[in-house]
Amino acid sequence: MTRPTLSRFVLPLLGLGLVLMVWTALSQTVATDLPSPARTWTESRRYVLEPFFKDGEMNQGIGRLAFYSLVRVGKGYLLALLLGTPVGFMLGLSRKFYETFDPIIQFLRPISPLAWLPLGLVIFRQSEPAAVFTIALCAMWPTVINTAVGVRSISQDYLNVGRVLRLSRFRMLTKIIVPASLPYVFTGYRLSLGLAWLVIVAAEMLTGTPGVGGFLWQEYNSLVYSHIILSVITIGAIGFLLDRLMGLLEARLKAA
Amino acid sequence: MPYLDVRAVEKSFVTPRGVTHVLGGASLSLEEGEFVAIVGYSGSGKTTLISLMAGLLAADAGEIVLDGAPVTEPGHERGIVFQQYSLLPWMTVRENVALAVDAVDGALSAAERRRRTDEFVALVGLAPATDKRPRELSGGMRQRVAVARGLAMRPKILLMDEPFSALDALTRARLQDELLAIWNARRTTVVLVTNDVDEAILLADRIYPMTPGPGAVLGPPIEVGLPRPRERRHMSLAPAYQKVRQGIVEFLRACRRVA
Repeated sequence: MTRPTLSRFVLPLLGLGLVLMVWTALSQTVATDLPSPARTWTESRRYVLEPFFKDGEMNQGIGRLAFYSLVRVGKGYLLALLLGTPVGFMLGLSRKFYETFDPIIQFLRPISPLAWLPLGLVIFRQSEPAAVFTIALCAMWPTVINTAVGVRSISQDYLNVGRVLRLSRFRMLTKIIVPASLPYVFTGYRLSLGLAWLVIVAAEMLTGTPGVGGFLWQEYNSLVYSHIILSVITIGAIGFLLDRLMGLLEARLKAA
Repeated sequence: MPYLDVRAVEKSFVTPRGVTHVLGGASLSLEEGEFVAIVGYSGSGKTTLISLMAGLLAADAGEIVLDGAPVTEPGHERGIVFQQYSLLPWMTVRENVALAVDAVDGALSAAERRRRTDEFVALVGLAPATDKRPRELSGGMRQRVAVARGLAMRPKILLMDEPFSALDALTRARLQDELLAIWNARRTTVVLVTNDVDEAILLADRIYPMTPGPGAVLGPPIEVGLPRPRERRHMSLAPAYQKVRQGIVEFLRACRRVA
């Protein structure tokens, strides 16, 4: 067997097998309320095999639920980028702006989505905008900070080229500052997407909106524990795919 | 009044370890169309001096006047070729040069600017690599792009900061010959900073030796006086060449002994 096949397929499958074994063992010994892998599959197969069925608001195929969540995350994420990118550039470009707002940003950054959501509900009085607001507020910080760091670490050589050519502020920005900081900015975007996806579950749980997180919480309340596991796996799989996708985009960007 | 007049400029830097006095009153002057070289040891303050001439740094004392106007900020009438090329890696060769053409000749039509850009790229022999990015080019080719960009600013004076020091010896010799040919054709006013005495003699009309810092100053200029157009293979044998070389080397050695 060649070494790449071993490390790329055989070993990961081995790891998966081990986890399934531990899971089965746990479900039959200490945690008897935890559905076994086999039971989880039997009770979830319709959700997976017919991912787009819809029997009711909260009883839908996992593909549909994931789609709702993705759209919600997409809105919040887009808002996070629209807010975070300019703020990041301002922080990186202006010493005064940085000194004015950096303390507030450092203060706001560690606040959990669970704390923002009720405030969102108070402000918007509807669950959907509150969820989007929470996602945006929690997900924007990596974009803000990476963009600012990216701008501040632009090589003085590049800036000197712009100064010697007496580029206008606009051309300096579009020709030098933005392209030079793009790799950092994109790393921020990638981290922000990961965070946005983390927040979605909390946001949907608290607002009870249809989506993977909302479904998870509802099935917990209905005592269908196998569907909690189904939701968890779905969340993990989508998070993984999103990160890979951004990784590919990032690699292409850096190659360009 | 000379075309470029650098009068007793001083520059110190404040570092965490104290104040470093880099330039202690350096003066030089040159006329339009002259090629002047500044030769000195590494770290003596040559880059600082050229940054002052470019307007990228402000002098603590003294003044720099180009064509009657004091130098206070950077501008493309003082084109600069940086030691580390400083090409923008996200742009192709054409785009890097076009940045300068667009900045200087913004009033011209897009087609005319493009024609000029391609002309400067061709001047340094890079027409086949027009659409390549710096990363795909060798060190010598990158520095050619930087020279093309410097010339594309159509500067009153072209400042070159050890432009060939990062290149291997063979490539360096080739680029020196090319620069010599371009200069012969265009007679741009040039200030070249270098730590290579032979490079200075090959290219320059006049050479200012720089004393090693701290508080570096420029020694009395030495006229090269070799006839142009020059050719490398005939030069090193000429008695005038040896005399100039000896003069510079002895000056620099004497400074070092004192320092």
